[in-house]
Amino acid sequence: MKTILDQHKFRVVIERLAHQLIENHGGFENAVIIGIQPRGVFLADRIVSTIEKFQKISVPYGKLDITFYRDDFNTGKELHIPNATSIPFSIEDKKVILIDDVLFTGRTIRSALDALTDFGRPQKVELMTLIDRRYSRQLPIQADYVGMTIDAMITQKVKVFWKNEEQEDQVVLLNSEPKPTQKK
Amino acid sequence: MSLSSKHLLGIKDLTAKDIELIFSTADHFKEVLRRPIKKVPSLRDITIVNLFYENSTRTRISFELAEKRLGADTINFTASGSSVSKGETLIDTVNNILSMKVDMVVMRHSASGAPHFLSNHIDAAIINAGDGTNEHPTQGLLDAYSIREKHKTFKGRKVAILGDIMHSRVALSNIYCLKKLGAEVTVAGPPTLIPQYIDALGVNVTYDIREALQWCDVANVLRIQLERQNMPLFSSLREYSLYYGVNKALLDSLDKEITIMHPGPINRGVELSSDAADSHHSIILNQVENGVAIRMAVLYLLAGKKGLE
Repeated sequence: MKTILDQHKFRVVIERLAHQLIENHGGFENAVIIGIQPRGVFLADRIVSTIEKFQKISVPYGKLDITFYRDDFNTGKELHIPNATSIPFSIEDKKVILIDDVLFTGRTIRSALDALTDFGRPQKVELMTLIDRRYSRQLPIQADYVGMTIDAMITQKVKVFWKNEEQEDQVVLLNSEPKPTQKK
Repeated sequence: MSLSSKHLLGIKDLTAKDIELIFSTADHFKEVLRRPIKKVPSLRDITIVNLFYENSTRTRISFELAEKRLGADTINFTASGSSVSKGETLIDTVNNILSMKVDMVVMRHSASGAPHFLSNHIDAAIINAGDGTNEHPTQGLLDAYSIREKHKTFKGRKVAILGDIMHSRVALSNIYCLKKLGAEVTVAGPPTLIPQYIDALGVNVTYDIREALQWCDVANVLRIQLERQNMPLFSSLREYSLYYGVNKALLDSLDKEITIMHPGPINRGVELSSDAADSHHSIILNQVENGVAIRMAVLYLLAGKKGLE
């Protein structure tokens, strides 16, 4: 296990990302933030509270679950149990900032884009991610706001820990066991 | 996490954990049903046949809506107007349909155990939509789900099931479901319509409707199933409604407020009067609304299991 973002640097990165959104979207009159369940919501929570602390404004903030839009349903993988979706405002003609913790293959974001269109037609969709795992994309999807870009092998796992959920804020690189060969 | 069973033949085979999983999944589908676009693409590669050997309004529409809102392809089969009248057997009919690449079967049949029998002969997942006088599992689930929505918890919750217990598959599914979730159940009705050894399922029995209503938090009033009664079990519908019918005056005479449920279709003025069915006590239309979310949850969880085999 190797720490790639420690507690101190973690906070600096979060503040930078929040300020980038403030720079681009000002008072959030025409922009909304949507965190992707489950772990993108932890980052979105942090970004929203940071913006609200610095700007003294309230940011429209929703949570989106993409379970029902996955492309691996019925393919022999474990059945995913959904989390709550709550988007208590219209996204019609708004600038939507999607937030997830790690951008890896891009498949989650593909599902999220599909799910989003069921709630309306946004003017623009942007993507923010804390960790961008470069060179591992399976779809043509890129983030607009990136906390940190890393190169990791496909067998390695990047895990983001959150103070509210786990002990402290940090991002680590795990060398997972080599995957067992496909059964049958 | 997934269901412990490949089919949904009856609530008898489910564990309390299965039921909770269905409920928590249904919560999310209820949210989907409130969206501007009430549809998700989860089951877009799944084809489902609705095999109805017996009449149905609510259940068939509810299943079909649930399937469509999950993005599945559906085929509707009703026994009348099909080759069943030419003498084709159940297994032949189903195998012919399945050979056209159908993944799941939703089935209603007048013979108790028909879906269980079928499950020994075919590979597709089967969902029982009512078999004779045995079970109607999705109804039992949506009834319990509606109680959960109104009263939050089941532990020690008192539920009375009133009327034609003998011929009702809803009664049996409700009893299994509520008992597994920790509720207390009393069945009440005329002695001729209550099976003799029903107390073996751990329910209380009374022949006094008023006593049952006074005891319970929730009363599930069942339809008199005239089509399944081949001998006179009570003198007349008028007498039945006089002694065993639930009406507003009776509800008002209780010293507490109880919730009224009915699986439909209602024989208005027989087991339930209009002033009670349409009163604020009633959650009958909530039951119907919840039916779609519950069926989406069951279909989603069973279709997802298919890939795991």
